[in-house]
Amino acid sequence: MSLLEFARGPALEIALGAFAFGVAWRLLSLLALPWSRDRSVARPAAPSALAAAAGGFVRRMWPARPFRRSDLWVTLNGHVYHIGLAIVVFGLAQHIQFIKGLFGLQWPNLPTGLVSLVSVITLASLTVALARRVVSPVLRLISTANDYFSWLVTALPVATGLLAQSHLGARYETLLAWHLLSVALLLAWFPYGKLMHAFLVFLTRGETAILYRRRGVQS
Amino acid sequence: MNSSVDVEAAARNFLARTEEHLVSYLEACVHCGTCAEACHFYAASGNPKHTPAYKLVPIAKAYRRQKFPLAWLGLAPRIGPSDLQEWEELLFDTCTMCGRCTSVCPMGIDIASIVAGARQAFVAAGLGPKDLLAAADSSRDHGSPLGLTAQKLRERMEWLADEHDVPIALDKPRAEILLTISSIEVMKYPESVVAMAKLLNHAGADWTLSSKGYEATNFGYLAGKADVARLMVERIVAAAEAVGAKTVIVPECGHAFGVLRWSAANMLGRALPFAVLHISEYLAQLKRAGRLKLRPLTDSITYHDPCQISRRGGATEDARYLLEGFAEDFREMAPTGVYNWCCGGGGGVQAIGRAADLRHKVFKIKMDQVEQTGAGTMVSSCSNCRLTMDESKEHWKWGGGLASLVELLADHLESGGART
Repeated sequence: MSLLEFARGPALEIALGAFAFGVAWRLLSLLALPWSRDRSVARPAAPSALAAAAGGFVRRMWPARPFRRSDLWVTLNGHVYHIGLAIVVFGLAQHIQFIKGLFGLQWPNLPTGLVSLVSVITLASLTVALARRVVSPVLRLISTANDYFSWLVTALPVATGLLAQSHLGARYETLLAWHLLSVALLLAWFPYGKLMHAFLVFLTRGETAILYRRRGVQS
Repeated sequence: MNSSVDVEAAARNFLARTEEHLVSYLEACVHCGTCAEACHFYAASGNPKHTPAYKLVPIAKAYRRQKFPLAWLGLAPRIGPSDLQEWEELLFDTCTMCGRCTSVCPMGIDIASIVAGARQAFVAAGLGPKDLLAAADSSRDHGSPLGLTAQKLRERMEWLADEHDVPIALDKPRAEILLTISSIEVMKYPESVVAMAKLLNHAGADWTLSSKGYEATNFGYLAGKADVARLMVERIVAAAEAVGAKTVIVPECGHAFGVLRWSAANMLGRALPFAVLHISEYLAQLKRAGRLKLRPLTDSITYHDPCQISRRGGATEDARYLLEGFAEDFREMAPTGVYNWCCGGGGGVQAIGRAADLRHKVFKIKMDQVEQTGAGTMVSSCSNCRLTMDESKEHWKWGGGLASLVELLADHLESGGART
């Protein structure tokens, strides 16, 4: 079995299994905990829980006015690499083919050149995020190995994907194998580390919004 | 000293109360550090340890230590008594549970609610500032954190009624409204109690104070003593039920309002048998109903939003509605409303003596805010904010004026009342 066959086969299969199991385990173990029931009387104009959660989710996409000066660039950079990752993962023709093979779903792809450009921007944006984490005394203090490892497993597939796309540094098959192995590492780590925030954000933003909106707090 | 800190008790206490939202909050932090700039303690000190996310580290570790799947291999996160001792100051002295960090958190994590839970866990471990814990114990044993017993309440109210020639209803057998007071007001700002009595009398309200349940502040909640917190709530509920009150009014105290309005029913496990209104909400109702007739105020003023009334209480607009058309030279500070800076003394921090220096540094933010408006007086509707600001004003020899909203309103009542 070649490295590419291993990466395409067992490595990705095991990683996908670990991903699915991990996400289910993390979410179910959370959702199975007792849920607080708020017995305080909501303000008469409070929206439904669903409307409050949705509104609160959207509100936190962008800093409130008084915090824009301090948080603007950090928020922008965060949006750049999150949106960039989404474009790369779901826009490249080869990725869509891979997803079609797994789930049977497909959609039109973006031009390869555009996805490559987005990949470079995404990688640059991730590098800025890492630099900030290393340079800022606040971020250095609160960062853990989990944060740095999660950064690494996120950046690696982007970097190896760019190399494979550009045929740089090694044979294409070898580069593709390393790309697939880096994706496997990302999937396997995803639910067990900080990357799980991609799922948890719906709970945390939603629950705080429900708490605040029933009090009549617009924040 | 370390042997007296029971780490396992802290973990057990927190785990016993873990609900889905608390654990989601603990697990979702991406360590982005956005909360630092929003925190007045970090803004005042520049100390990275004052980053709100950092304050949660021990409780997150204690939780994971219990729940970690590979704990049996000895791989669980380690946390010892010295960790808890180090964080005691961060959780109690440098957090007012004002929720400004919650406002900016891109993940929407309500850090303030975790701090409240963490304080209970720390107290279970044998930690907590002695003066804050003593205030809670005094509330339990004497009815109030400042030793205002029922007998002293009767004496003080009788004296205030005589001194100011204002009827103050105490222990009426039946009343529509139960008024509660903060002992900070009674001991430090008695004019505030007189002002509330004047305003309620002016509106012709059917109200009373009760010696069975009068203390609105809840130092049990602030000190992480759940049993005292519940007891303080039960006293007010019993007093309200005894007089058949449909409404309980919370005086100018932010946390008192936050606890009674939004947490008390959850502490008791049942809905409260009355409506809870902060005094500013009640006065706004009176004004809407045409029962508050005021002479205009011409002095320049600005308004400090108490965190638990505005940012976490949803009553931001009531104070402004009261000032509208009354304060002819009202100037908003920036930022204001739900994003206003905290006074630095909420959440029980005011009662922690060793936190005074940091509180004073925090007040410089407020001084700058007020000076930028050019207003002569900063008005607030929280006596705890007022006390904090008064002490810091004295520390810095600051020349700005401080005032209470209810006192301003009471001083400008039109004579003759507004009975309908």
